[in-house]
Amino acid sequence: MQKIANILKKQITSTIIAIIFGFIVAAIILAATGYSPADAFTAMFEGIFSRPKYISNVIIKSTPIILTGLSVAFAFKTGLFNMGAEGQYIMSSVFATIVGIKLDLPPVLQIPMVILAGVFAGAVYGAVVGYLKARFGIHEVITSIMLNWVALYFSNFIVSLKTFHQPNSTATFTVNESSFTTILHKWKVSPEGIAWLKEHPTIMDVLLKTDVNIGIIVAIIMVIVISILLNRTTKGYELKAVGFNKDAAEFAGINVKKNILHSMIIAGAIAGLAGALSVTGVQPHRISTMAAFENYGFNGLSVALIAANSPIGCLFAGLLFAGLLYGGQSIQSTIGAPSEVINIMIGTIVFFVALTRIVPVLADKLAKRGEKHAH
Amino acid sequence: MLTKLFLLIGITLMYSTPLIFGGLGGVISERSGVINIGIEGMMTIGAFVGACVGYYTENPWLGLLAAGAAGGLIALLHAVASITFKADQTISGIAINLLGSGVSLFLCRLFFEGATMSKPVPHKLPKIFGSHVSNNLLKNINVDVTVVLALVCAILLWFVLYKTKWGLRIRSVGEHPAAADTLGINVTLTRYVCVILSGVFAGVGGASMTLAIISNFTPTAISGQGFIALAAVIFGKWSPHGVYGACILFGFAQALTVLLGGGNFVVPSEILSMLPYILTIVILILFVGKSSAPKADGVPYEKGSR
Repeated sequence: MQKIANILKKQITSTIIAIIFGFIVAAIILAATGYSPADAFTAMFEGIFSRPKYISNVIIKSTPIILTGLSVAFAFKTGLFNMGAEGQYIMSSVFATIVGIKLDLPPVLQIPMVILAGVFAGAVYGAVVGYLKARFGIHEVITSIMLNWVALYFSNFIVSLKTFHQPNSTATFTVNESSFTTILHKWKVSPEGIAWLKEHPTIMDVLLKTDVNIGIIVAIIMVIVISILLNRTTKGYELKAVGFNKDAAEFAGINVKKNILHSMIIAGAIAGLAGALSVTGVQPHRISTMAAFENYGFNGLSVALIAANSPIGCLFAGLLFAGLLYGGQSIQSTIGAPSEVINIMIGTIVFFVALTRIVPVLADKLAKRGEKHAH
Repeated sequence: MLTKLFLLIGITLMYSTPLIFGGLGGVISERSGVINIGIEGMMTIGAFVGACVGYYTENPWLGLLAAGAAGGLIALLHAVASITFKADQTISGIAINLLGSGVSLFLCRLFFEGATMSKPVPHKLPKIFGSHVSNNLLKNINVDVTVVLALVCAILLWFVLYKTKWGLRIRSVGEHPAAADTLGINVTLTRYVCVILSGVFAGVGGASMTLAIISNFTPTAISGQGFIALAAVIFGKWSPHGVYGACILFGFAQALTVLLGGGNFVVPSEILSMLPYILTIVILILFVGKSSAPKADGVPYEKGSR
C-alpha cells in the first residue's frame, strides 16, 4: 500500500495519468464522430516520428513554447500569473526584427545584439506589469491582458511603417542574414554543401528541409539556469518566499515590491528570448501583420501547467505539446478528421492536470489507511 | 453632431454587450468563491452553438437559448473540477478555454463541411426599433435587442446579489464559506448553481456576438472578449454595476477608435486601436487602484477547515 501511495504521490504520475486521459477522451470523440482512433493516432505518431525531418520540426516548434512555458512557470513559482508572455513574445520579436533589419554587423556581434534587443524588450514589457503591481497594486492579469493587445497593435504598426515594410506583402523585410541562428545556413545551400549532403540523405532531409537552429540548446541552458536560480540561490529563495507568503516574506526582511518587479523582469526576459530566437532561427525571419494572437504565450501557459511549473518539466511538456500540435496536422491530412481534436486533447490533458493534483492527497489518505490496517 | 453622438452611443453599446454578459458571468461565479478564468472558452462555445442552432432551426432565439445551455454545460465541467474535486481553479479555467475553442472548431468542421466558419444565420436577433427605420437619428441607436437584455441581466443580478436572501447566501459563501455552512447554507450547491449560471451568461454573451453583431461563427468571432470581461470583473470590483460600467467604458473607447479611425485623423489606425487597452490601464492607475477579490475566491471549501 505504502509503495503504491509513494508512486501516486510523485508529480510525474499525475501528469502521466492526465496525458492518458487526454488520449482516451480524444479516442472517444474520434470514435463517436465516425473516425478510427487507431488510424488517427497512427497518423499522428507517424507525423512525429516517421522521418528525421518531422522530429526536427517538432523540436524547432517546441523551442518558443518551452521558453514561454518556462517564463510562466517561473512567474508562478514566485506567486505571479504571467498571462503577458504573449505580449512579451510579440514585443521581443518586434525589436529583434527592427535591430536585425537596421543593423548589419558580423554574426559574432550581430546575433547577440539582435537577441539582446528582443530579450530587453520582453524584460521591459514584463517590468511594466511588475511595476504596476508593485507600485499601484493593479492585478497583473488585467495589465497583462491589456498589454498583450497593445503589443499586437504595436507590432502591426511597425509592420506598416515604410522603413520596415516590404512592398506588396503583409510583412516587414527579413532581418539581415548575419542575424540568422540557423545552423550552417550558408554552407547548406552552397555547391559544396549540397554535394556533400546529397551523399548523406538523412542529414540532408533534416538540414535542408527544416530550420535547424541553436534555439533548443539555448532553451535547455535557460531551463538549467532557471532551475539553479530558483533552487540554489538566495535570490531564488527570496522570490519564492514572496510568492509563497508575501506577509511572512516582508516580516523576514525581504523587499516584496522589489522582488515582484524582478520576477516580472526575468519572466519577461525569458519570453523575450523565445521571440528573438524565433526571428533569428526560423523562416521567414521577420514579423507579419497579425489579425489575432499566434498563441506562443498562451501555449506557454498550458506547457507550464502540464509541467506543474517545474523548469525541467517545461522542456518535456513543450516537446509533448509541439509534438501533438505538429503531428496532429497529419490526422487531418491522412484520415480527414478535424485536426482540432488535438486542441480538445490538450484541453483535456490540462483539465485532468487540474483534477489529478488531488491524487497525491488521495495517496496520503491511502497511505494512512494502510497504516491503520498494519496496526 | 447629434447623429455622430447617437452613432457613438450605438457602437459603444454594440461592442460592450458581449463583454457585459461575460463579465456578469465572472461576477456571479467569483462572488460565490470560484475563480472563472474560462469565460473566453464558454463564450466561444456559446458563439458556435448559437450560430449553429440559429442556422439549422432558422430561429435566433432558439440559438440564444441553446448557447446559454451549452455555456452552462461546459461550466458544469469547471464546477465539478473546482468544487467537487477541489482542483486548481485557474488550471481548470484555462483547460475550459482550450476545450471551448477546440470543441467549437471541431464541431464546426463536422456540421459545416469541414469549414471553420459556419454559414450565416437566416435571421439575426431583432433590433429594438425593428428592421425598417427611416429616421437617421433612430437608425444610429437602433441597437440589438441583446443590448437591452444585457442591461436587464445586470440589474437583475445586482438586485439578486444585494437585495435578496439568495444573494446574501451567495456572497457569504464567497466571503466565508465555513460561516455560511454553520448557518445551514449548502456551500457546494450554491457554488454549483453560480458556476453553471456564469457559463449560461458567458454562452449568451458569445451568441450575442454571432447572432446579433455578426451573423456566423468564425474562429476569431470570440478573440479575447472573455479575457477583457475577466479584466472588467476585477476592474468593476466584483459587482454587477461595476462590471457594467467597466464594459461600457471599454466599449466606448472602442467606439471612439472606430469613429476617429473613419475620418482623416493624423494618428495611424494601429495606434488608435491601442486606445481602449491603454485607457483601461490609465484609469486603473488613476482611480481604481487596488481591488480586493471576495475573500474565499479561488479557495476550495473543505468542511471542518477554518
